[in-house]
Amino acid sequence: MKLQVNGKPVELPDGSTVAALLEHLAVEPARVAVERNQDVIPRRTWAEARLADGDHIEVVTFVGGG
Amino acid sequence: MLGAQDPFVLAGKSWRSRLIVGTGKYKDEDETRRALAASGTEIVTVALRRIDLKPGQPSLLDALKGYAILPNTAGCYTVDEAVRTARLARELGMTEFVKLEVIGDKRTLFPDAEATLEAARVLVKDGFVVLPYTNDDPVMAKKLEDAGCAAVMPLAAPIGSGLGIRNPYNLRIIMETVKVPVIVDAGVGTASDAAVAMELGCHAVLMNTGIAGAKEPVLMAEAMRLGVEAGRKAYLAGRIGKKLHAAASSPEHGLIE
Repeated sequence: MKLQVNGKPVELPDGSTVAALLEHLAVEPARVAVERNQDVIPRRTWAEARLADGDHIEVVTFVGGG
Repeated sequence: MLGAQDPFVLAGKSWRSRLIVGTGKYKDEDETRRALAASGTEIVTVALRRIDLKPGQPSLLDALKGYAILPNTAGCYTVDEAVRTARLARELGMTEFVKLEVIGDKRTLFPDAEATLEAARVLVKDGFVVLPYTNDDPVMAKKLEDAGCAAVMPLAAPIGSGLGIRNPYNLRIIMETVKVPVIVDAGVGTASDAAVAMELGCHAVLMNTGIAGAKEPVLMAEAMRLGVEAGRKAYLAGRIGKKLHAAASSPEHGLIE
């Protein structure tokens, strides 16, 4: 399936979970939050939450700001 | 230290420091760490951005251990963007606190008052402790308080401008108008600006560029700490009235002839 992750195309096996996406991106899960199609996906559901073809995903973290 | 007897109470929590510091624009994490320590701050703001899809970046959060994190919605121009950003920040930061910014104009970074109020209402209903960046407008401040915001954060001058306290009278009227804490957010350029804000009776000051943009950010962080403390003490002490003519300090009788 094809996802848009932070505006860029990412391809993953069908039925992949949020946890699998984060592993694919090699990001430390504790340091990010994830949104799918403009709704936050709670951290506690990442192991089960399955993504679907065409999903728009945002993976964000904290950076310096005022 | 004054802070123990004169705590800054925000949303039911007491803080010793009345200086809230932003974490943007520092040279590196080490400078961030040293400047924050020198400022004496307990609350630091952060922004939320997309991760760099290349892994291995150090996390800012490592440098911010021990501080209360106040995520902002900087860069948001619509209610929807601000609300989404706040929700992501809550999920990431495990905090209900949010510095709400809804910007209305790229050049001045002035807030969009209407959108800020609307976003504040949505976020308060959603359980957030909302600290909104706003104009120095007493009417708007009252509306934000009525919407359930935990403080109001009027700008002293445009973000990053360093122009100082441009309208002390509006700030005074805002303090007369609302019961929630008034935190000057944006425009402070040097320690005397911070002191002026505190002398006016503002409850706290939030700044980033004023420290991070100084030639010596760590030294300026300390200066800002002292400026805030000096201004707060002067406010509590009660300044003398202003007179046109002199009033001698030394006795006027008993002079030799």
